[in-house]
Amino acid sequence: MEALTLHRFHFAFTITYHYIFAQLTMGLALLIFVLKTMALRGDPVANQAVRFWAKILGVTFVMGVVTGIPMEFQFGTNWSRFSEAAGGVIGQTLAMEGVFAFFLESSFLYLLLYGERRLGQRGHWVVALLVFIGTWLSGFFIVCTNAWMQHPVGYEIAPDGTITLASLSALFTNPWAIPQYLHTMVGSVITGSFMMAAIGAFYVLRGEHVATARRFMSLAVVVGLIASVLAAMPTGDIQAGLIYKHQPVTFAAMEGHFHTEDGAGLVLIGQPNVPEMRLDNPIVLPRVLSFLTHQRWDATIVGLSDYDRHLWPDNIELLYYSYHVMAGLGTFFIGIMMLSAFYLWRRTLHERRWLLWILMLALPFPFIANTAGWMTAELGRQPWLIYGLMRTADGHSTQVSAGNVLFTLLGFMGLYVMLSALYFFLMTRIIAQGPESDSTGHQFEISAVPTQ
Amino acid sequence: METVWFWLLAWMLGTYVVLDGFDFGVGILHLFVAKSEAERKQVIRSIGPVWDGNEVWLVAAGGTMFFAFPKLFAVGFSGFYLALMIILWLLIFRAFGIELRHQLEDPIWTQFWDVAFAAASLLLAVCLGAALGNLVRGVPLKEDGTFFEPLWTDFRVGQQTGILDWYTVLVALTAVLALAHHGALWLNARTDEAVAERANRLAGRLWLLVVMFSIITTLATVVVQPNVTESLSARPWGVVFVGVAVAGLIGAYVFRRRGRELQAFLASAGYLYGMVALAAIGIYPYVLPGRDPALGLTAQAAAAAETGLVMAMYWWIPGMLLACGYFVYLYWTMPAKFSIHDTAEH
Repeated sequence: MEALTLHRFHFAFTITYHYIFAQLTMGLALLIFVLKTMALRGDPVANQAVRFWAKILGVTFVMGVVTGIPMEFQFGTNWSRFSEAAGGVIGQTLAMEGVFAFFLESSFLYLLLYGERRLGQRGHWVVALLVFIGTWLSGFFIVCTNAWMQHPVGYEIAPDGTITLASLSALFTNPWAIPQYLHTMVGSVITGSFMMAAIGAFYVLRGEHVATARRFMSLAVVVGLIASVLAAMPTGDIQAGLIYKHQPVTFAAMEGHFHTEDGAGLVLIGQPNVPEMRLDNPIVLPRVLSFLTHQRWDATIVGLSDYDRHLWPDNIELLYYSYHVMAGLGTFFIGIMMLSAFYLWRRTLHERRWLLWILMLALPFPFIANTAGWMTAELGRQPWLIYGLMRTADGHSTQVSAGNVLFTLLGFMGLYVMLSALYFFLMTRIIAQGPESDSTGHQFEISAVPTQ
Repeated sequence: METVWFWLLAWMLGTYVVLDGFDFGVGILHLFVAKSEAERKQVIRSIGPVWDGNEVWLVAAGGTMFFAFPKLFAVGFSGFYLALMIILWLLIFRAFGIELRHQLEDPIWTQFWDVAFAAASLLLAVCLGAALGNLVRGVPLKEDGTFFEPLWTDFRVGQQTGILDWYTVLVALTAVLALAHHGALWLNARTDEAVAERANRLAGRLWLLVVMFSIITTLATVVVQPNVTESLSARPWGVVFVGVAVAGLIGAYVFRRRGRELQAFLASAGYLYGMVALAAIGIYPYVLPGRDPALGLTAQAAAAAETGLVMAMYWWIPGMLLACGYFVYLYWTMPAKFSIHDTAEH
């Protein structure tokens, strides 16, 4: 394989793996904060839930930290020409993540896990809030960085070809950034909610810890329903509009829209056949794509064939499938959460065993949907590393040979298989012990240490 | 402006060495100072609340290097590719050693993570020491401004250097000793009974080695990198840091002998800050000296555009003040001593 492909796969693999834990951390941080707020109003079950989910957050957070540090390094190690050209801009948002988010999270996560007794209930609530803010700020700076690569703003090009920062506030008010941030955050809340609902359903199906488990489910279903709806409307819709406006080639490839058409249909299912420039076996909702994009049933949507081939994303099939997997699963999330919310309102959710089974087995799907969403964004940006400014083929480190990249890629893969096994093992232990157990994780409890 | 950022970056890296340095040192000594399960827990508890925050200084310094000196970040990180990947893998093992050990009460589990924690801490001290050695010695930069260093070549300090040669190994050994000494002083100050006593004894023995190796390394540096003497004679105020380093070393010994444990630890921090500052002065005006001095990368050539550097001040200063606030709060509220008697099992 050539070096460029390996460099791309190296970054793609490590960031996809990292984001499994990052999305769960951000989603759970919000849910834990909500639970802690309920606990503060005198709800003992909620406090038990806080302690249980803090344990899960703790292990997930460690996974996120150890797989997150390689991400910053890889800008320099694997993408040195990109870093040299754009470091003056994206280095700022990445450094802000360290300074404003990581210092906050790392300082207060420990207190969230082990400091409840010493801090008291109010103090513990403040800490839960700070951890929530820290994790969500982290997401904000990362999305701002990515949004700049999708839609560069606030820069100037120096005579030597490097890209320099002209306005810091432009990075944060980038029209791409806020919708992308909200869409991403809502996605992580879906992951957190489905996780909480799945474990709640698991306990109820087994007839264990039922009181706490029903609390997990009721919170998860309410938050999960809101988040699933917000993911589609308005955040997903605005996001699609931005892509149509600023990356029309990407839009055509995502939708599998090969030829320009008036009153274009929305493809539900179908396989893109790029050599033949058509979709095989499509199921299409006639005219819906035109309506969704232009609010007019007969509007024109430009197809891929009208764009220069060197502007096409380089893996149209994968881009198309990623987008459709995300959108399909997103629709499924809305359906399942509406159904659960209905039975929750009727107070019979815990008796619907078939629905509990679905909730439990749905656990992996938000992770898949979030991953597919990011793949849509990143594959859709191709062949550009910075859209319209720098091509991916011009960004990687040429002095690092393909063999060296393959070696470290395999190293990361092996190591991450081991991390997955450990994470899975620890998760099943925490879940097996149940929310009433207070036995693990309290070895560092500071409260019992005499402070004098 | 790039001079200001050069010194801010050096300060961040120095703080990283001082803070994560003591928990590396604790890791290196872990198996020697803590014999029983209760003692092992006591040692890990003493760094439990802070190690992660300490490590963030590396991430924050990396980010600062990224935006302030993009060319240094790009050329340096890709040139040290293999060494940095190894550092990343070791950081993963070390974090797991600290955070996963207490998840399960099983001797095979805890012993595995104890050794992983100790080995990863030792090897990381070697890697970071070697990295510092490489920075001071200079790297084989080519005409196109890039380089790629293999892990080692012939261990001589010639034109085609590897990441390890006799000089960088020497710096690595000095780093291991200095951080082990630093960690011993932390344990001496922050734990009690058997662990504190063993740490105190070890600190005494390590101190002598640190003094010896500091002298040898300093002499070797002057031979290997002539820029050091030139740069120091051009900036005579830099001699202050020689004073800081020497005073720190003496203080570490004297305070420990007098039983003033915290002061001894702080003196050791002063020694580490002094050494990092001297290394920074030693390479200035370069940020990445070349084996061929004419090809070295200077701070000016590596820096981002002036406007961006000025803008960054507006968020960097309040951001770092906040971060320092968290650290003061965290260290302030930590127990003064992590006692062996508090097993804190629930």
